[in-house]
Amino acid sequence: MANPKIPTATELREQGFVKRRKLIARSMEVFLFLSASLSVFVTTAIVFILVSESWDFFMQVPLSEFLFTTMWAPVFIDPKFGVLPLLAATLQTSGIAMLIAVPFGLIMAIYLSEYAQPAVRETIKPALEMLEAVPTVVYGYFALLVMTPFLQQFIPGLRGINLLVPGIILGIMILPYVVSVSEDAMRAVPNGLREGGYALGMARWQVAVRVVIPGAFSGITAAFILGLSRAIGETMVLAVAAGQNPNLTWDVREGAATITAYIVQMSLGDVAHGSLAYTTIFAVGLLLFLITLSFNVIGFYLRRKFREAY
Amino acid sequence: MATVKGPKAAPATKTDASAFEAVRKANQKDIFFALGGLLVMAIAMTLLLTLIGDLLVRGLGAIDGNFLTSFPSRNPEDAGILSALVGSLLVMVVTGLLAVPLGVAAGLYLEEYAKKGWLSNIIEINVANLAGVPSIIYGLLALGLFVYGLGLGKTILVAGMTLALLILPIVIVSTREAVRSIPPIIKEGAYGIGADQWQVMWHYIIPAAKPGIMTGAIVGLSRAIGETAPIITIGALTFIAFLPSAPVTGDFPFISFAWLNDSFTVLPIQMFNWTSRPQEGFHIIAAATGVTLMALTLSLNGLAIWVRFRLRRGYRN
Repeated sequence: MANPKIPTATELREQGFVKRRKLIARSMEVFLFLSASLSVFVTTAIVFILVSESWDFFMQVPLSEFLFTTMWAPVFIDPKFGVLPLLAATLQTSGIAMLIAVPFGLIMAIYLSEYAQPAVRETIKPALEMLEAVPTVVYGYFALLVMTPFLQQFIPGLRGINLLVPGIILGIMILPYVVSVSEDAMRAVPNGLREGGYALGMARWQVAVRVVIPGAFSGITAAFILGLSRAIGETMVLAVAAGQNPNLTWDVREGAATITAYIVQMSLGDVAHGSLAYTTIFAVGLLLFLITLSFNVIGFYLRRKFREAY
Repeated sequence: MATVKGPKAAPATKTDASAFEAVRKANQKDIFFALGGLLVMAIAMTLLLTLIGDLLVRGLGAIDGNFLTSFPSRNPEDAGILSALVGSLLVMVVTGLLAVPLGVAAGLYLEEYAKKGWLSNIIEINVANLAGVPSIIYGLLALGLFVYGLGLGKTILVAGMTLALLILPIVIVSTREAVRSIPPIIKEGAYGIGADQWQVMWHYIIPAAKPGIMTGAIVGLSRAIGETAPIITIGALTFIAFLPSAPVTGDFPFISFAWLNDSFTVLPIQMFNWTSRPQEGFHIIAAATGVTLMALTLSLNGLAIWVRFRLRRGYRN
């Protein structure tokens, strides 16, 4: 360009080409940035929608009534808005899920990371990943139509709709995830530590229990907390097999609606947009979001910790 | 357990004996431990195989041409999944067309463009966090924002958009992993011959990362095809006895996007609906729907594994 000569046609074309190239590169960078910021927008939108739609609800129902009373009957003539029955059912099913997932998940992860031959591990891990792809509504079917009738033969008083079986199925459902994340954490424990254990004359199980588990503790905890968060947010198994009746009970043989099952039930019904009943699903959704968010934050923090440790 | 506490002045043979004893005990426990692991694994696998086997036994017999080509009905013998199957496929098309370009773009940005700083940090934390948000919350977002906020209604377009947001983190994460695994020499060579950053992305990075990106996209879609809760929340109907308008018309311009604004149902909702009914006949067709659904998701996952396998082989050659 500094050349005083008159540019030839080829040079002109090249200049145009360079200009176009720069324009494309610049606009693509903007597009890529906007796509990446979409995630921030989605998070903001989730918080905004949940808060703004439940605003009307909390204007009419005091927070203390929502959190501390024990009746949930939003569509009755004399409506009651105590969220405890939904919360209790959610915690019971997730609690049962953890009773299944923690011991089984831990044993499977130890087995895969410390005992199994590489070939065994390489076949089982993808198989577990495949199980993560089973649609949750199929697990709901299993809970309601296969497991419940089967367990009714052994557990007296087990209703057709109950909290126990969906809890168990939830536990099985989160097992693949829990196993694969905690196995990753165990494998991240440096081999030098294991060899140190073996050099002291430890057996394999002693290395697993006294070296690998303490070493991977934050990662294993993260796996279980993230699994718990999944169980709390799971919907279809509970909507199918735990029932839709808000019922404050500690008897897991009875059915009771969880937070997620309630949202499904209301969405299926004909609720007028903007009515108080409509805002309840956003109010309980906000509660659900806050619970899972806090578990996720703890889980991500622990996971980051185990990654930084080595 | 294993620490050997021999008496101070004990003869050597005795110490040896107790040491051997301790080692033998530890090894014995080791075998129990391994057997325990195998047992738990076997129980879990058997349970799942039994459940899936049960689904197959109940459902497989009900799948025939009639089942695949009829609409839902009050009579379980006549009921089929045509509208749900078509609905699922159309929703998937929308989801894929939205989630894949946006997810790949976001992944590329985070991996190749983003400078370390608070902004990219926020985006990173957000992506990680979104992966853990329960799917039903996405449904509430879509109900408040798309259905009522933007007035888009309970349509195929809204369902596709909702599921696209839901699987975006999966596509982003797998894109980043795929991009990270490309040897830097490919990029350096391209920069060396004078390509600018976008040209390097378009002509070198994206083609090289394509198998990984495809794996992520397929896994994401298989996840989306089984999702029920967010679609129920946006108010999808459970009984649809018609098909969306045809995408190809006889008149100019021959392609119609009217189907985007049609009501729909999807396979998981159909299965949910039939599972929840008391009659045995509906349970059988629920199982059949479940088999169809599993066949779709598992074959998509199998495809993803195959693509990943191809990728590994490609690098070796």
